[in-house]
Amino acid sequence: MLSYLIRRLILVLPVAFGVSVICFLLVQIAPGDPLTAIMPVDATADEQAAMRAAYGLDKPLPVQYAIWIGNLVQGDMGKSIATGRPVAAEVFGAVKNSLLLAVSAAVIAFPIGIFLGFLAGYFQGTWIDRAVTAVSIMGVSVPNYWLGIVLVIIFSVNLGWLPSMGAGPGGSSAWEWDWLHMRHLVLPAVTLAVVPIGIVSRTVRALAGDILTQDFVQALYAKGMSRVDVLRHVARNAAATALSVMGLQLGYLLGGSILIETVFNWPGSGFLLSNAIFQRDLPLLQGTILVLALFFVAMNLIVDVAQAAIDPRIQRT
Amino acid sequence: MKLLDISNLSVKFSGKRTVHAINNVSLSMEQGETLALLGESGSGKSVTLKALLGLLPPKRTQIDGQVHVNGTDVLGLKGKALQKYRGGEVSMVFQEPALALDPVYTVGHQIAESVMRHKGIDKANAMATALDMLDRVRIPSANRRLHNYPHELSGGMRQRVMIALALACKPKLLLADEPTTALDATVQIQILLLLRELQKEFGMGVIFVTHDIGVAVEISERVAVMYAGQIAEEGTTREIIRDPRHPYTQGLLAANLHDVARGARLNAIPGAPPALESKPDSCAFAPRCPVAMPECRAALPPVFEPGPRRRVACLRANEPIAAE
Repeated sequence: MLSYLIRRLILVLPVAFGVSVICFLLVQIAPGDPLTAIMPVDATADEQAAMRAAYGLDKPLPVQYAIWIGNLVQGDMGKSIATGRPVAAEVFGAVKNSLLLAVSAAVIAFPIGIFLGFLAGYFQGTWIDRAVTAVSIMGVSVPNYWLGIVLVIIFSVNLGWLPSMGAGPGGSSAWEWDWLHMRHLVLPAVTLAVVPIGIVSRTVRALAGDILTQDFVQALYAKGMSRVDVLRHVARNAAATALSVMGLQLGYLLGGSILIETVFNWPGSGFLLSNAIFQRDLPLLQGTILVLALFFVAMNLIVDVAQAAIDPRIQRT
Repeated sequence: MKLLDISNLSVKFSGKRTVHAINNVSLSMEQGETLALLGESGSGKSVTLKALLGLLPPKRTQIDGQVHVNGTDVLGLKGKALQKYRGGEVSMVFQEPALALDPVYTVGHQIAESVMRHKGIDKANAMATALDMLDRVRIPSANRRLHNYPHELSGGMRQRVMIALALACKPKLLLADEPTTALDATVQIQILLLLRELQKEFGMGVIFVTHDIGVAVEISERVAVMYAGQIAEEGTTREIIRDPRHPYTQGLLAANLHDVARGARLNAIPGAPPALESKPDSCAFAPRCPVAMPECRAALPPVFEPGPRRRVACLRANEPIAAE
């Protein structure tokens, strides 16, 4: 198991390198010159060149990359072109908020998804199955930014129960674990949870349904096991695959919540990303994408290792 | 007390297609007896075993008749009593050990789980029982195998584990559903010999389902031949081999590979078994029978009893030697 872990960790290095190259190049391909966003319209060519040199944008791409990566490993992700603040501070503040939102959504979505999936899988072909299927297909199909707006209209505008935007008093960096702040989390987290509820429940339904038709389930009953025992066996059999789906979903929740963060003005990475795109803020854009991508890589690593720990059939040596 | 007493058991599956899988089967066994249920695919052998363990899906199955094991009314068992009966009183060895063992638990755990359930002892003691059982089914270095997962074992080894699992709670009756079909020929013989030894050692009754007459002869004292969900013929293994009375049994015996010259056609029974969409109201074998008479197609054949615990469901069973 330890050697598997080490080998898997070593495999992460080339992936992380590839991710960093793609992050760097993608942003270069994107149209628009970052300087036009911050320079006055009447700046002379000399002034533009000086600014370009100040940000190191006049050097060839490989050199720019080398400088960027060299600074990166020292924890320096550069300075935001738009605000002049260090990218690292901006990105980590935002990612922290996004993580808070993503994990909250996951905490809502995964238990519900697993429960519904098991229910549908166990009662496959009955009205329970069809009801769960309808709910999960709706969850996956309904555009969640639209759902977010509808929830805001109902719970914020009409009922006035919950706030419609922001992360609470004190702005983006003053999170506290009290109701004053947490009530801001409710609507975006619920909205964000709807898609993974659908996906997780569909996955678990398929897994449970498939496992329940296998011979060993009948063999378990034949040796006197109760329904609960059998369900425990089914759960253990389904765990590895379900876990990998949930790990990926958590990755999507973190990186893919741009629309939701925009709808709810949540000061997270998606929000930061969309601002960085509109302002052509290259260092900020690169830094945010890189951190999100590396998070995805880390999620995959964790899922792989957890899978190997749960399912003995996965090669560990 | 009789170990097993089945009377007029009928099983009907409904659903997309109705199938009368078992039709008025009566069968009894004494303590410690070994019975082979012989028949081709779809003759109702496996369904009989599943009915004995209450494993048939209740929604789509209609079961009539009586099944008693050691006096317990099996078909009336529910909930906890049924769980106690399954694996405790009667247990089963499945055809395909690779599929019948849970892939994500160690074999030791799977045996111990059953022991804990039936004996109410703790995990450590249950694992000790599991180890003892692996020894008894002659698994080499059982101590190491205890912590193996099913996919780490060979087919023969897995079937030994399956047998250890089935015998761990000392059942009175063991149901073996073609336990050697999925194995290599050499391993088949080892498993058969093992089952025969263990049967003597544990003194339990065994129902051995097979379509292979050679296997039936090897393992059993008595044979019941099934066809179309009915018992065509029953008797001691010797009687069935030496003096088969039912044309179907004769056909099965003729259709083996011994004494056949290379290149010669094998002696197969022509035709295929009936689909059983309705309950047979005449001899189910008549369409394939070489000696069928018009009367055979008119009504169900009477059951002749040429000797004690010997019966044949055929109109022509009383004829000295039926034509072949």
